[in-house]
Amino acid sequence: MSTSTIDPSLRHQRREQALMTLLAAPAVLVIAALVVIPVGWLAAQSIYDNGFTLEHYRRIFTEEVYWRSFALTFRIALMVTLLTLLLGYPVAYAAAHAKRPWNVLILACVMLPFWTSVLVRAYAWLVLLQRTGVANQLLERFGLITEPLAMVHNELGTVIATVHILLPFMVLPLYSTMQKIPRELMLAGASLGGGPLYSFRRIFLPLSLPGVVAGLTLVFVLTLGFYITPELLGGGRTIMISMVVSRNVELYNQWGAASAVGVVLLICVLAIFAAVGRIIPLDKMLGQK
Amino acid sequence: MKTTLLPRLAFGLLVGLILIYLMLPVLIIVPMSFSSTRFLTFPPPALSLRWYQEYFGNPNWMQGTRMSLMLGVLTVLIATPLGTAAAYAISNAQNRLMRSLHMVLMLPLIVPIIIVAIGIFFVYAKLGLIQTLTGLVLANVMLGLPYVITSVVAGLQSFDKTQEMVARSLGMNRLRAFLTVTLPQIKASVFAGAVFAFISAIDETIIALFVSGGQYQTLTKRMFTALRDEIDPTIASISTLLTAASFLLVLLAMSGQKKEA
Repeated sequence: MSTSTIDPSLRHQRREQALMTLLAAPAVLVIAALVVIPVGWLAAQSIYDNGFTLEHYRRIFTEEVYWRSFALTFRIALMVTLLTLLLGYPVAYAAAHAKRPWNVLILACVMLPFWTSVLVRAYAWLVLLQRTGVANQLLERFGLITEPLAMVHNELGTVIATVHILLPFMVLPLYSTMQKIPRELMLAGASLGGGPLYSFRRIFLPLSLPGVVAGLTLVFVLTLGFYITPELLGGGRTIMISMVVSRNVELYNQWGAASAVGVVLLICVLAIFAAVGRIIPLDKMLGQK
Repeated sequence: MKTTLLPRLAFGLLVGLILIYLMLPVLIIVPMSFSSTRFLTFPPPALSLRWYQEYFGNPNWMQGTRMSLMLGVLTVLIATPLGTAAAYAISNAQNRLMRSLHMVLMLPLIVPIIIVAIGIFFVYAKLGLIQTLTGLVLANVMLGLPYVITSVVAGLQSFDKTQEMVARSLGMNRLRAFLTVTLPQIKASVFAGAVFAFISAIDETIIALFVSGGQYQTLTKRMFTALRDEIDPTIASISTLLTAASFLLVLLAMSGQKKEA
């Protein structure tokens, strides 16, 4: 760009770089002090207990309480992820294809719960799903059941509420991907004789896959770390990993065990992000919220 | 595309049902909060403002609310300038160092919050920051930073940087050029980031469960504890107010962003 000698421009570049680093420094310090150091401390604590030990990790893999909780968490995460995809795909498709004002209405229905507190939504599901709740009343009125169903204080309640809370994390990446798929492609497919289902399967579905992957990853990873919802709707029986972590701290004062469980959970999450990050840039995935 | 009416109608019905599922909690909370009885029957037998009186008349709920609002404001006041400065640095210096710093700044969105919470609990215990306002504000600044940064980076992407260069070549120093030329054009993004950081601070529960307490208990911590014990209908009135507040704030943030675009 400049015709001057290389030396001043290089110095300018260095100064520029130093200034930018300085500007980012306070934010980076906050994150370092409140994420990196605390988590690093936990990691150290998980392998140090009056000397180096892998005892806490050994217990995760051998003691039933621990690996059962991991198995349960992964099972719930898998269920929630598949359900959000099943429910989220049609909604995103409708939002991407409907005309005004319908598309605005659909997006509003997705965004309003998205910005409602997780606590509020957990409370609402508690009310809706309890024995004398609205869901049971309705089912009984329509003669579908004779006895109230146990829909809350168990795994089912946890799944229903978790799917609800995470559905927007599926719809939003799907919607932003679908919106970019040119309509002409589907028209071209139709003009070449493909039926609507055929065009959907061969053109639209493959092109929407990046959104599907982003949504699946976000929902799966977020479910792995869910705490409030299973704590309030699980009825003390649906013990997910994050609850094992908090119980070890709050009830048993077992810092080593809590740290080790936390580290294993973190490794799972980071591994998933790293694997998917090879296909889709991470900042694109995280920009959804 | 020619599709027959029936499949389209069925599809519309399906989407409608899913949208009702999405809106159900909000639709149920509002009438519940105006119910006259303690029992959670729907529809409520009679309307009353009983649960709102319960909320506004209870010093514990009021203390929690004041605490959460103060926490939200302090968080925004710190997270917005820090996040904006970092976003400016990220979008101006596209070198490898800055890209990895950007990743580091997104960590609060990646690491499960329960892990961060007990880590912070442990570190705060050593530093004597448990049950302090400082400790809570710092933790919420950390959680709010990614929202401010994401929003401002997006705003700076659509801003023409040569304008700031022109201002500087005309003799303004960098800070003045930023404040008078750049900032006015990205202010909606900064504002949106601030709103999201505010909502995140008001909503935050898990870290507050561990590190807040005594006179510094947040509203969400009180709600969580109340919910774990029994279903108190006062929570419905608080929930209605919270939902209305965050809805208004988001509308405000989005209308600002739209004007900018």
